[in-house]
Amino acid sequence: MRGLLACATLARRAGGAAATSTARRHLAGAAEAAEAELKKTALYDFHVAHGGKMVPFAGWSMPIQYKDTIMDSTLNCRANGSLFDVSHMCGLSLHGRQAIPFLESLVVADVAALKDGTGTLTVFTNDRGGAIDDSVVTKVTDQHIYLVVNAGCRDKDLAHIGEHMEAFNKKGGDVKWHVHDERSLLALQGPLAAPTLQLLTKEDLSKMYFSDFKMIDINGYACFLTRTGYTGEDGFEISVPSENAVDLAKALLEKSEGKVRLTGLGARDSLRLEAGLCLYGNDMEQHITPVEAGLSWAIGKRRKAEGGFLGADVILKQLQEGPKIRRVGLLSQGPPPRSHSEIVSNSGENIGEVTSGGFSPCLKKNIAMGYVKSGLHKAGTEFKVVVRGKSYDAVVTKMPFVPTKYYKPS
Amino acid sequence: MAMAASRLLWASRAASYLKISTFPRAFSTVLKDLKYADTHEWVKVEGDSATVGITDHAQHHLGDVVYVELPEVGSSVSQGKNFGAVESVKATSDIYSPVSGEVVAVNDGLGDEPGLVNTSPYESGWIIKVKVSDSGELNSLMDDAKYSKFCEEEDSKH
Repeated sequence: MRGLLACATLARRAGGAAATSTARRHLAGAAEAAEAELKKTALYDFHVAHGGKMVPFAGWSMPIQYKDTIMDSTLNCRANGSLFDVSHMCGLSLHGRQAIPFLESLVVADVAALKDGTGTLTVFTNDRGGAIDDSVVTKVTDQHIYLVVNAGCRDKDLAHIGEHMEAFNKKGGDVKWHVHDERSLLALQGPLAAPTLQLLTKEDLSKMYFSDFKMIDINGYACFLTRTGYTGEDGFEISVPSENAVDLAKALLEKSEGKVRLTGLGARDSLRLEAGLCLYGNDMEQHITPVEAGLSWAIGKRRKAEGGFLGADVILKQLQEGPKIRRVGLLSQGPPPRSHSEIVSNSGENIGEVTSGGFSPCLKKNIAMGYVKSGLHKAGTEFKVVVRGKSYDAVVTKMPFVPTKYYKPS
Repeated sequence: MAMAASRLLWASRAASYLKISTFPRAFSTVLKDLKYADTHEWVKVEGDSATVGITDHAQHHLGDVVYVELPEVGSSVSQGKNFGAVESVKATSDIYSPVSGEVVAVNDGLGDEPGLVNTSPYESGWIIKVKVSDSGELNSLMDDAKYSKFCEEEDSKH
């Protein structure tokens, strides 16, 4: 799903406020903003009181970790559960009779075909077929779409959507939007996510599957609940009125009897990498198409036939002819490869670049994703990654690196 | 180890911000009889042999060390110059030599157990041994008291 970690992993959902230019490409730039300018979520004091190490992330002050190490936090999410504050991400509703046709002009998903109360990962494209952002979109009804975009892309996305909405409405369209700045967003992930959340709601969560969405009462608060996440585990993203966010976080931690732990952006990045999920700004960028990113599955069948989204000509051509580069997962020896590590053939020729990489806490080895020339993307293909001038053996591996555990109907 | 030299874009910032986090942290151990560089390496000198590692303070800020890049035995190192790197789950940090000389041994045990840098930064987690070429360089390093103060100031800076 979308990189929760934002336009620069961590930066991904970060986003925004400090970004003054809609064309901002490097979220990390936001990290340089003076701390005084950083936005704080409704949980800021709660994080600090729980030992959160606050760092600038896409214009927000966010916890990169708490008292647990990133290693321990990552393992605990898969063994028990994690609670993340992802309120820096931007929740948005589109309303109106033409909300769906409008959104479909900007994204690759077949939104119309979604059942009410279900969602999907999608990609906002530009006129060159490149990715402006990735986002989980939910069809609440045929006149209401709920979506969450990356924090780091907030300004850029809102400008893009706003501009196209104005043009759309001028031609007689009927779409309005609402940015959910009155809400906070919590991600509850891991095997204890559902049992814990079930203690706080009357809704039968066993009937709610991956990508399902409901507006329900949780602990007395009017929430938007989506069964989704960015860790590869079963779990939920809970949009809660900001005045109830701290109380909900406390209730979730308490109901889990301390097993679900507050988890920061550091472990979130390890988790999403292990799950093979893209981080916008690292693994997906303006010049990368969804086809190159391995997200062709997210382009609806009808959309593949009809096009009708920005850059459709480029993307449909790539679908037919195959892309020139492809995103792959890889395992490597030596030091963990990081973003921008060069990928070379065994004879030393440049064949690509790592876009995310690190040490997997669960697998205890180096994992990475990056782009290589088509033809070199098949599992088992061997090449080298260059770290600090030295080449180390690497092999293409299927993703996810760690099996995902999404709750789907059997 | 200079965190500022970290390479990874966000991770380097993460690491550097870990260093300046404002919540109170446990006091790091600093040993007498060692000398310290402002890039958070320690050196223990016995005759013309110097053992080099990273400090408890440094390992604490880095978190779980997963890989240590070592130089070759026989290579030369210079004071203040990079000779290797420490990788944690999230960040890469360069290691700078507190003394000049020839590398006479590296801690091969870190290949299998890089975490020794965390659990035993001043003993089993040593990184290289150097045959010192200029013992006068030691005068530019900090003693334990000065280094403790240096860390406190660095932590409180922000």
